[in-house]
Amino acid sequence: MKALVCVKRVIDYNVRIRVKSDKSGVETDNVKMSMNPFDEIAVEEAVRMKEKNQIQEIIILSIGTDKSQETIRSGLAMGGDRGILVKTDKDQLEPLTVGKIIKAVSDKEKPDLIILGKQAIDDDCNQTGQIVATLLAFPQATFASELKKNDDNTLEVTREVDGGLETVKISIPCVVTTDLRLNEPRYASLPNIMKAKQKKIDVLEIESFDVDIKDRLQVLEVNEPPERKPGIKVDDVDALVDKLKNEAKIL
Amino acid sequence: MKVLVIIEHDNANVKQSSFSTITAAKKISDSVEALVLGKGLDLVIDELKKSDYLKKIYKIDNELFENPLAENLSKAIQKFAEGSDYTHILSPSSTFGKNMSPKLSALMDVQQISDITKIISDDTFERPIYAGNAIATVKSNDPIKIITVRSTCFEPCALTSNVDVENLTVNIDKNNSVSFVNYDKSKSDRPELTSAKIVISGGRGMQNGENFRLLEGIADKLGAAMGASRAAVDAGFVPNDWQVGQTGKIVAPDLYIAVGISGAIQHIAGIKDSKYIACINKDEEAPIFNYSDYGLVGDLFELLPKLEEKL
Ligand SMILES: Cc1cc2nc3c(=O)[nH]c(=O)nc-3n(C[C@H](O)[C@H](O)[C@H](O)COP(=O)(O)OP(=O)(O)OC[C@H]3O[C@@H](n4cnc5c(N)ncnc54)[C@H](O)[C@@H]3O)c2cc1C
Ligand SMILES: Nc1ncnc2c1ncn2[C@@H]1O[C@H](COP(=O)(O)O)[C@@H](O)[C@H]1O
Repeated sequence: MKALVCVKRVIDYNVRIRVKSDKSGVETDNVKMSMNPFDEIAVEEAVRMKEKNQIQEIIILSIGTDKSQETIRSGLAMGGDRGILVKTDKDQLEPLTVGKIIKAVSDKEKPDLIILGKQAIDDDCNQTGQIVATLLAFPQATFASELKKNDDNTLEVTREVDGGLETVKISIPCVVTTDLRLNEPRYASLPNIMKAKQKKIDVLEIESFDVDIKDRLQVLEVNEPPERKPGIKVDDVDALVDKLKNEAKIL
Repeated sequence: MKVLVIIEHDNANVKQSSFSTITAAKKISDSVEALVLGKGLDLVIDELKKSDYLKKIYKIDNELFENPLAENLSKAIQKFAEGSDYTHILSPSSTFGKNMSPKLSALMDVQQISDITKIISDDTFERPIYAGNAIATVKSNDPIKIITVRSTCFEPCALTSNVDVENLTVNIDKNNSVSFVNYDKSKSDRPELTSAKIVISGGRGMQNGENFRLLEGIADKLGAAMGASRAAVDAGFVPNDWQVGQTGKIVAPDLYIAVGISGAIQHIAGIKDSKYIACINKDEEAPIFNYSDYGLVGDLFELLPKLEEKL
């Protein structure tokens, strides 16, 4: 089996986000960037399947600026075999556009399994995997917390859904999106980071794809969220209950 | 302008989030209709029929939709919407809507607007990005708007009407590449996390699943739903679907009580629309205090039994 893992370069989850004063977006200059955490889980899952001989080749794909090569390298250091960067100067593409590009790459590479994160922690869209599955007419299993390969070319996937866990069986080729409990991604070892430098990354210009990359959504402005008014510390349980009863009037 | 709302249900009850989505739809247009797909829908329809704001309900009762497989649902909804004059298709931003709606958008070549929190006009919406650390105002240039709605931002519609229901059939081929295996429902007699008036959550500070009993007693007395931080879920203290936060459930109760939770931005993202937030934490420097209306510094193992007694 061949796996295609889609990774996005995003502002590191530990960074405190600052909205630009002209309201055009958030500050990304001199800000630490990392692989989207859900995509690390996606890479890890593919690597584990390769270690179990269920997968023979892992391709790490990112669509983004030249800097996304770093993100692909991190995926290669975790155990990916080769990379593809679809290069663009735009620093944000919409999920529908990204989905169409991933479809086009997939038409050429013919992976058996496409793994994505369930959500990019910058746009918080939670769409791309579902779009890719639809465009390719592959079955999908989103929000995966457990993945088992059966002998009959199917995957049994447990999904984190509201109210519990759902299990579905999907046949290969298919699309899976990762949730937090699927695995704990490894840290790449120094030798593997060195080795990853030798691995190949193909760089393709986004214009070479027959995909219209024009945005459908126009971001009119980006604002700070309303602040909560500062609260107080109470001395003891009695004071807390009193506040909840007499000030908040909840109890 | 005509809005279609996709109803989430479990073939027995309508999910609260559906009623909130109907309210959101009404803010876009007076012409709101609903589509229900499922199997054995009598109870669902009895409940849904009462929804204010709905002009009409379409029902497709078919075993294909016994379980909410997104492949079948999105195809059927596309077929239904094709050739109609809907300008907007709304779904709740629950795992049901998140799983299905982007597929519908791909089938219709529309860029979905995820998780809207406010409606500015029929084509302009607010949605949180970066775990709610920024709010984007976006205008859609697509001819049809496909939207998922954050239910905590819209009151559920009232239930005082008697809406017309029309039965429909649908002709789609069953998708054979995906099948439902089972649904392992978390057992709980408590209110739903996302619609409860009071929520009490525990974090890593609870130390183990057993200790969540300390929260249970309080939840019983308050009629509260129970939640958790990611750390508590990852450690296996409580079921996965208890996770509150950016990548778990978004809640906005009248009162949120955070116990042994530090207040990471990803957790705060899920609670900051709560009317009141109270916390118990032994570290007075913990960020959760910055978001709490009432903070109590101290050891939870000492304070929780006292709190239960005082309620
Ligand atoms: C991609 C991504 C998505 C994420 N999504 C979410 C999400 O949706 N929801 C979420 O919650 N997190 C999420 N996280 C994780 C988040 O960053 C934090 O790691 C997590 O919220 C921490 O959980 P916690 O507060 O329980 O644990 P900790 O940060 O370890 O805090 C434990 C707290 O308990 C207190 N404590 C300990 N013992 C006691 C005691 N005896 N009495 C009183 N207080 C005590 C401590 O002082 C401390 O403040 C996400 C992270 C990533 C990378
Ligand atoms: N530019 C991109 N390049 C590669 N993968 C992406 C890109 N954008 C999104 N993805 C994948 O799609 C997932 C969901 O993203 P989103 O739908 O934007 O929340 C991410 O976790 C990635 O796996």
